[in-house]
This record gives sequence, structure tokens and C-alpha cells, in this order.
Amino acid sequence: MVNDPITNKLEEASSDRVYKKPSKLAFLNSKKVAPYVFISPFIISFLILTLYPTIQAFIMSFQRVLPGNVEFIGLSNYERIFNPTFFLALKNTTLYVIFTVVILVVIPILLAVFLDSKLVRFKTIFRASLFIPSLTSIIVAGTIFRMMFGESDTAVANQVVTFFGLEAIDWRYNSWSAMFLMVTLASWRWMGVNVLYFLAALQSVPKELYESADIDGANVFKKFRYVTLPFLKPITIFVVTISIINGFRMFEESFVFWETSSPGNIGLSVIGYIYQEGIQQNDMGFGAAIGIVLMLIIFAVSFIQLILTGAFKRSDE
Amino acid sequence: MKKLTGFMLLIFVMLLAACGGGGDTASSSAGEADAAVSVGDDIEGATELSFWTFNEQHMDLFEDSAKQWNEENPDKPIKLNAQTYPFDQMHNNLSLALQSGTGAPDLADIEIRQFSNFLKGDVQLEAMNEYVEPELDKNVEARFDLYAKDDNYYGIPYHVGATVMYYNQEIMDEAGVDIDSIVTWDDYIEAGKQVVEKTGKSMTTVETTEQFTLFPLISQRGSNYFDENGEIIMDNEVNVETLQFVQDMIYKHEIAVAAPGGKHHAEEYYGFMNNGGAASLMMPIWYMGRFIDYMPDLEGKMQIRPLPVWEEGGNRTAGIGGTGTVVTNQSESPDLAKEFLAYTKLTEEANVKLWTVLGFDPPRFDVWDNEEMKADNKYYSYFHDGIFDMLSEIREEIAPIYYTPDYSSAQHEVESTVLYNVLVQQKKTPQEALTEAAEAVKSKQTD
Repeated sequence: MVNDPITNKLEEASSDRVYKKPSKLAFLNSKKVAPYVFISPFIISFLILTLYPTIQAFIMSFQRVLPGNVEFIGLSNYERIFNPTFFLALKNTTLYVIFTVVILVVIPILLAVFLDSKLVRFKTIFRASLFIPSLTSIIVAGTIFRMMFGESDTAVANQVVTFFGLEAIDWRYNSWSAMFLMVTLASWRWMGVNVLYFLAALQSVPKELYESADIDGANVFKKFRYVTLPFLKPITIFVVTISIINGFRMFEESFVFWETSSPGNIGLSVIGYIYQEGIQQNDMGFGAAIGIVLMLIIFAVSFIQLILTGAFKRSDE
Repeated sequence: MKKLTGFMLLIFVMLLAACGGGGDTASSSAGEADAAVSVGDDIEGATELSFWTFNEQHMDLFEDSAKQWNEENPDKPIKLNAQTYPFDQMHNNLSLALQSGTGAPDLADIEIRQFSNFLKGDVQLEAMNEYVEPELDKNVEARFDLYAKDDNYYGIPYHVGATVMYYNQEIMDEAGVDIDSIVTWDDYIEAGKQVVEKTGKSMTTVETTEQFTLFPLISQRGSNYFDENGEIIMDNEVNVETLQFVQDMIYKHEIAVAAPGGKHHAEEYYGFMNNGGAASLMMPIWYMGRFIDYMPDLEGKMQIRPLPVWEEGGNRTAGIGGTGTVVTNQSESPDLAKEFLAYTKLTEEANVKLWTVLGFDPPRFDVWDNEEMKADNKYYSYFHDGIFDMLSEIREEIAPIYYTPDYSSAQHEVESTVLYNVLVQQKKTPQEALTEAAEAVKSKQTD
């Protein structure tokens, strides 16, 4: 550091200023303080908007919260959590996570490889059109989806289905089609973003490796399996992790189809359950308890996934 | 600390939920009212009163009343700010405002299914007893009990909500059924079979995602989800039988179909009925407004009759739905707010307005034979005269409904699970479904 001429100059400059114009704010320029000043907006918003509510929610999960009447009730909120509705919500959410993770990893990898290949023309148009859905509001997109998948025979989806000689489907009233709708909406919306991640990662694959693979006589699939995929591993771990976390936080995908109450709870997610119990039924303590349980579940699943994929190992080992 | 608690949980939920989708949708649920009305802006020194509702129609009544109030009471004028928000948003905002102790309006509408949530803990609403008690003997008392706790009356009702049968005269004539010959539910089923056979149309529709079919029938038979001591009786014999009856109408007698869109308030449903989709429909009197607004082609074709009875001498109606207007304890001028609310909804004149402005069956029955009530209006021209003669006849037959703090949880179980499993999927028998629902409600009970 001492030998760094630029730093030295800067230090000289700042100490000059301090000398010439002593000010109470001068300490902000010191090398020890400045970094903290720069990250303070994040730290402050994190403390106020994330940490404090989290701690409060943790405390509330042991309370019965009623207007003018808040009391500690021990673990009784937690005792009530493990009921059939919660397990149904958890099941729905878990299935949703599995489907979205699989779809939003496998297909974007393939699409990215295609878009990266020299054989495809009009790449920019394809990239742009894949990316545009993620710019739409999910409420707007969901409304359109709901109309496309309406119950009437004239709705777009049912016209397609009946064209193939099948019977029209009550999309929003069967549990399989409910899951299909939510997964489709999420996949449609996030596909483009994930393709971008993988496209970026593909740029870092050294061309020489493909050349030497050619010399060794590897075909297209072998090159994909032994050259491309290993280089995509770090980004895949990243995409899987955020897909899992986002999947467990799913709310809007269900809300746009059924608002807050779906027939037979076929569209109920864990967050939807928190909303129902905590806010609609005015039982905040219970809602907070579900939130804590969900947080633990997300934490555990992400942790296991990161260990299994070796994300904690150093990449050069 | 306590004030912030509710707010913070909301943020936490928002963080978990909204950030998952990229955070761009959170803004779409917060914010602007759907519609707003302001009265008395130009009066100097007027006391400001704010009013939240979820039904734009309700603002008409308060707007009308505020204008008149300012004319009659120049010494204590008011400036009314009425705002309509979407249903869920309004109730959630109100409950969070009352929980956190800040941000609530002076006056608010609370829908009956949500009302029990607002009676939990220390009630944050002003008791209206001084205005309600003197008038109680002229009102359908059961409607005030809905919004009461420990002998305190908090909410003022809009209507009786008497449930009736709407018949499509054209279809009934085509089938050759005289609607006045339908007295019992057995008659109704027989008539239904005749309608299906002769016209190919359904006799009626059944709700599968809301409870406006099941609950009126249960209440008509004097049953409920809770008894007068607050015990859960969701799976008692009467309720199981009634649900079986509804299922039979669809699958055994084949005279009913599930309502398109799942409920009688769905867009799909309005179109279906407007095209003569079914010969009759059981809904409360206040549903007249929906006919007029959404089913214009049925004008002059509909006839209103009391419900068929379960056994001779049984009730011919049930009081269903409703909204109580309340004064919150955050009002800066609670006395004025209470006086204005009583003026708007409790007086004789106010009750006439409930009919002429909103088309509701007013809770005060001493106005039912009032001359002003007989003046021609759009409701009479759509549904024919004699609505109130019929209502006077069945007024005594409205069974009381006991609402407990767990009522909305019970209703939620029915609407989200029971109806779907029994009426749509037929996966469970009425007994199984209702027993499970009762268990679910019990497991959620806080006390």
C-alpha cells in the first residue's frame, strides 16, 4: 500500500485538505471510514427493512397478536402449524419448486446453446423475444393467461385442446391443470432471464477445447456433455439456488389465477397460506410462525443443495 | 414497539412474497382507491370525516346523506371523504390500521364474513348502543346481532338480506309449471325435473366456490356452523343432510348445474343467466341489483317468491350476506361520526333511501309499507310489484345466525375445500367433508 503512488497521492491530497480546511465531516474521507459510508445505504435498509422485521416476526410467532391485546402463548402457534392445509400448501409449493427448477434449468441451457451456435440466424431477435416476458407485470400477464385458459370452449387453450379431439378442460378447477398453469406462467416469464445467464457463461468456454475435442473425434453430444456442461456448472448452481428460493416464495402465480382462495386449495402456496391466516384471518402470530417455518425450510433445502453440488468447495480443488 | 409490529410483519411477508417475483408487483396492490367522492369541500370549518368501503354503490348513500346533513345542520357541517377500495385490500388495510393504532378512517364498511375478525381482542370500534337501542324494536333485530359482541352494537346493517327464489317466468311457462304451486323443496325438485324434460334447461345453479347456495339452506333449517354457545356444529345432521340435498340436485335429480365461474357473482355466470341458462335462482333480495346491472335481457321476466319450505310451517327465507358500517376508535370526532352514521342508516328516512338509492330491503320494517317505498322505480319495473308485501309476510321467518370469531375460518373451509370435494370432485361424502372441515376449524381455534 505504501508503495502505491496513487494511494499516496490521494492521502497527501486529503491530508492537505484537512490541514487547510478542518471540517467535522473530514473523517468521511479517511480510508477506514469511507468504505462503511459507501455501504451504509445497504446496511441501513437491511437493518430496518429486513433484520428488524425478521426479529419481530420471530417474536410474534410466539404471541397472540390482537388489537390492544398482545400476549405470549409459548409454542401454541407452532403446534397449530402442522395441519392438513399447511401440508397441502407445502406439497403444492414443493412440486412447484421441482417443476420450475427442472424446466428453468434444462430448457434455458438448451436454448442458450442453440442461440450460441453459428447455425442459428436472427439471434438478437430470438434473445429479445425470450427476454421480453420478464419485463411484463405478472398481474397483467396472469390476467391474460387466465383468459387464455378460461373454462369456456372458446378460450384459446380449449380451442387448441378440442382441435386435437380432446375434451375441453376446466383449467382452474383440477389440481394437475392448476399446477400446470402456475408452472407455465413462471416458466414463460423467467425463461429469458435464465437463457441470458447461460449465454453469458457460454462465452467463457475456451474455443480451443472444442477444437481439441474435434481432433479427438468427439461428436456434438459428447462435446456438449464433456466440454460445455462442466463450464456451465457454476452458473447452473447459481440458477438452481435462486430458482429454489424464488419457488418457495411463490405467491403471485397463484394469486393471479384464484386470488386468495382456490377450489380445494389446489393453488395454495405457503406464502398464500401466510397471507390467508396472518392478514385475512387477522392471526398475525400464526402467520409469523408459518413464515419462520418456511424460512427454515428454504434455508435447509438451499444448504443441502449447495453442499450436494459442491458449491462450498474451492473450484481449483 | 407494538404499533410497529403489525406493519413489520406485513413488510416481512411482502419481502418474502413480493421479492420472489422480482419485486415489481408489490406496487400494484398498494395505492389508489378505485373511486372517491367528496362532499362539503367548500364549507368552512366543516369537520372532516373519512369513509372506506368496498362497494361503490354504498358511497351513493353516504354522499346523498352528507349533502342533506349539511343542509339540515349548518351549525355542525361535515366534509365527507368517501373512498372505495377492492374488497380484500380494504379489509386488510383496515385490520392492519386498527391493529397498529394509526391510519384508520372515521367510518368504514365491514363485510359480514370479515366482521368476526374485527371483534377479536379489544374491539377497536365504537359502540353504537345509544342510537341502536331505541330503534331496535322497529328493526329486524337479528341483523343487528350480527355485528354485536357482549351487548355492544358496533355495526349498522344495510339490509335484511332475505333470501328468495328468483324464477324466470318465461322458462317456467315453457315447461308448464305454475310457480305458485311450488311450496316444498320436494315440489321444487319435481318442477325442476319437468323443466329439464320440457326445455332442456337446468332448474337452478349451485355455487361451488362460495356458499350462497349451501348456507341459506342451512340457515333456513335453523342450523349454522356454530350453536348459540359458540360450539362448532358444522357436521351436525341437518348440515350433512342439506349438503347431500345440494349434491343430489346436481347428480341424482339432475336439475341443477354448478354455476359457471363457480359462483353467482362471476362474470361468466351473469352471461349464462342473461341468456336464460337456468329457470330459477336462490339468492338474497340484494341480488336484484346484479340482475339489473348485468342481466338486462331478463327485465320483466323474473318473478320473486319466498323459498320452498323443508316441512310444513317451516321458514320460507334466511337472512344472508350483509355489511355493517362502523365508527372506528381512531376517529377524531367520534360523537359526530356516530350521529352522522345513525342519521344515514338508522332513521326512517334513511331506511327509505336504502331502498330507493340502493335497492336493499331495509332493516327497519316500519318503513316497508311507507308510501315512498311504493313509488315506481327500476326494481319494480324489472321484478314486478309486491316485493315488500311478500317480505312482510316472511319477515318473522329469518332464523338468527350466531357469528363467532371463528366464523370466517369455518366459511373459508367450506368455500375452499368442502364444496369442491363434495360438489365438484365427489371425492368425499358430505359427512366426511364436513367432519374434516369441523376438525380443521377446531385445530385453528385460538382459545
